Amino acid sequence: MTFLSYLITGISLGSVYAIIALGYTMVYGIAKMLNFAHGDVIMVGAYICFFTMSRLGELFEPGSLGAMVVPPLAGTILAMVVCTVLGVVIERLAYKPLRQATSLAVLITAIGMSYFLQNAAQLLWTSNPKIFSSVVGTGKVELFGGQLGISHVTIVTIVACVVIMIGLTLFTGKTKMGKAMRACSEDKGAAQLMGINVNTTISVTFAIGSALAAIAGVLLCSAYTTLMPTTGSMPGIKAFTAAVFGGIGSIPGALLGGVLLGIIETFAKAYISTQISDAIVFAVLIVVLLVKPAGLLGKIMPEKV
Amino acid sequence: MKKSRILSLAMAGALCIGLLAGCGSSNDSGDAQSPAPATGSPEVSGTPAGDTTASTSGAAFKLGGTGPLTGAASIYGLAAQHGAEIAVEEINAMGGIQFELRYEDDVHDAEKAVNAYNTLKDWGMQISLGSVTSKPGEATSVYNYQDRIFALTPSASSTAVIEGKDNVFQMCFTDPNQGMASAQYIAEQKLGSKISIIWKNDDVYSKGIRDTFVAEAETRGLEIVYEGTFADGNDTDFNVQLTESQKAGADLIFLPMYYTPASLILSQANAMGYAPKFFGVDGMDGILTLDGFDTALAEGVMLLTPFNADAEDEATQSFVTKYQEKYGDIPNQFAADAYDCVYAYKLALETAGCTPDMTAEEICNKLIEVFPTITLTGLTGDGAGITWDSTGAVSKSPKGMVIQSGAYVGM
Repeated sequence: MTFLSYLITGISLGSVYAIIALGYTMVYGIAKMLNFAHGDVIMVGAYICFFTMSRLGELFEPGSLGAMVVPPLAGTILAMVVCTVLGVVIERLAYKPLRQATSLAVLITAIGMSYFLQNAAQLLWTSNPKIFSSVVGTGKVELFGGQLGISHVTIVTIVACVVIMIGLTLFTGKTKMGKAMRACSEDKGAAQLMGINVNTTISVTFAIGSALAAIAGVLLCSAYTTLMPTTGSMPGIKAFTAAVFGGIGSIPGALLGGVLLGIIETFAKAYISTQISDAIVFAVLIVVLLVKPAGLLGKIMPEKV
Repeated sequence: MKKSRILSLAMAGALCIGLLAGCGSSNDSGDAQSPAPATGSPEVSGTPAGDTTASTSGAAFKLGGTGPLTGAASIYGLAAQHGAEIAVEEINAMGGIQFELRYEDDVHDAEKAVNAYNTLKDWGMQISLGSVTSKPGEATSVYNYQDRIFALTPSASSTAVIEGKDNVFQMCFTDPNQGMASAQYIAEQKLGSKISIIWKNDDVYSKGIRDTFVAEAETRGLEIVYEGTFADGNDTDFNVQLTESQKAGADLIFLPMYYTPASLILSQANAMGYAPKFFGVDGMDGILTLDGFDTALAEGVMLLTPFNADAEDEATQSFVTKYQEKYGDIPNQFAADAYDCVYAYKLALETAGCTPDMTAEEICNKLIEVFPTITLTGLTGDGAGITWDSTGAVSKSPKGMVIQSGAYVGM
């Protein structure tokens, strides 16, 4: 039974990684850049949701149905809107001028953007940690006569993760914009010649990635309730690892990588040692990359001459 | 080409001279003051009344400290700064010894703390309040030792802060003392028999407390059934540590850590429906003022702390009232420790007969002699008085506190 409860903890942690990893992997797949500021967009989303919830929460009677539904919903939607705008603005201001620059220059800009967001958050909202109240309450579902408890947050996170993944797969497979994205990811130059607006496509990618970041931020802070300007950075790095693990650029890969990473981390803590759990996670990553250099579901694209 | 090189050399030269001039002038002012004590200090040490001459001439001891005034640990730094400010105001209003206090931000970062320390040194700091937190404290205390500037830190509790440094003293318990006192307290009060420890293995503070706690628990016959660790970047999910504690049958979880991870542990234990006793150390202080924290989660959490804002003695009451008027919250032990530090300096400087025109090194030498001999009746001494030994470690008795309906209550 403890094994099952660890498995659930791992999947829940992994689903949060997976949602963040989806943002990384989409941007990488289409713009071929590592957006290290992604983790910090998560943090901004969580702050927006936190403030909306605490402002709106005062308008409703505590415990009423309105108080349970409206503030979390409004907070999440507002966080998505703000993050979408933020993501597009970041792309326009910081990354678009560097479209022709070397990938190293873009990478450094992304790291700079990450620090900029962290410090801006510190100025705006101070660095005192805030305790986020879960968007779905603190209840849990009990199974096997109470021996196994699954919190609502865990269920919502897993469901959200699966829904988002299916939605994204359909979007990139069926819609016009999705096809444009895939075309851009294959060959930007050729896509442009075919009449695809590459800049718009990349902006839309950033918009979707940042909206996902907002959802990830809300779910991350619902599960692990402290919110600080640095809240997004470590999950961001772990999610990036998950994206590489699953095969960067692949949407199902991000989900698989995220969930596996969460499970390995939890099991390593539980059955090997809490002291070296992170080392074990990264050791597994190294082994996987040695055996499958493109990640679990990644494709190796042969260089066409 | 050549011209521009000459020009750049000239520019560089001018800059260097400018820098030297800057140093020179600050040194000058220091030196200009130093001849005075040769004549001034014997008189003053003869008659305590001589102190007033110092205040009438407007001279004050320059007292500097570094602490996290911003950043994740700012709750500690700001509390210490505010506590020290209140003490300085009170002392300056009394006449006699005068202080000029300056706090610099170190963001709980060793490197920034050294920069902050250097800023204070350039300002002409004569005595130091060290650093507020342990990691920065370990870094700045080395410079305090090298530069012969006496330091009394309110709260940097790692042993490395004072180890091998004759002029660095502590107002707080050392980490080992906290661990030992906690184990003693738990054993004496029979708070629990099966103990689980969750500690942060990349933090000297947490590890220091855990090590002595384990040693003392063994001699006292307390059974440690589980030990779990976490580290930076791995400090949000405690489900495994809590489940393992529960499986091992722990009835008390010892949490030698700061309050941010502790708040997560409390909420995750609550979500699991696991309700052991929680026992914290001074880093737990501050959990109740966390923005948005449901204080009901901390109900029944116990901690050892040297200061109790609910104490009814007059000194504590007046300190708490002043603090509340000025800064709007209830002071924690960091504020009280810093307040006591300034009073300890007042007492020691009076006893040693120091004057503000002495150099930092002269003051340092006198204070090293005097500190082990004084006894301070401070806010954090539990009435028994606070003393130091020559290693710089403090001796005072801790108070057991328990959180009840959102407030600290003495046990």
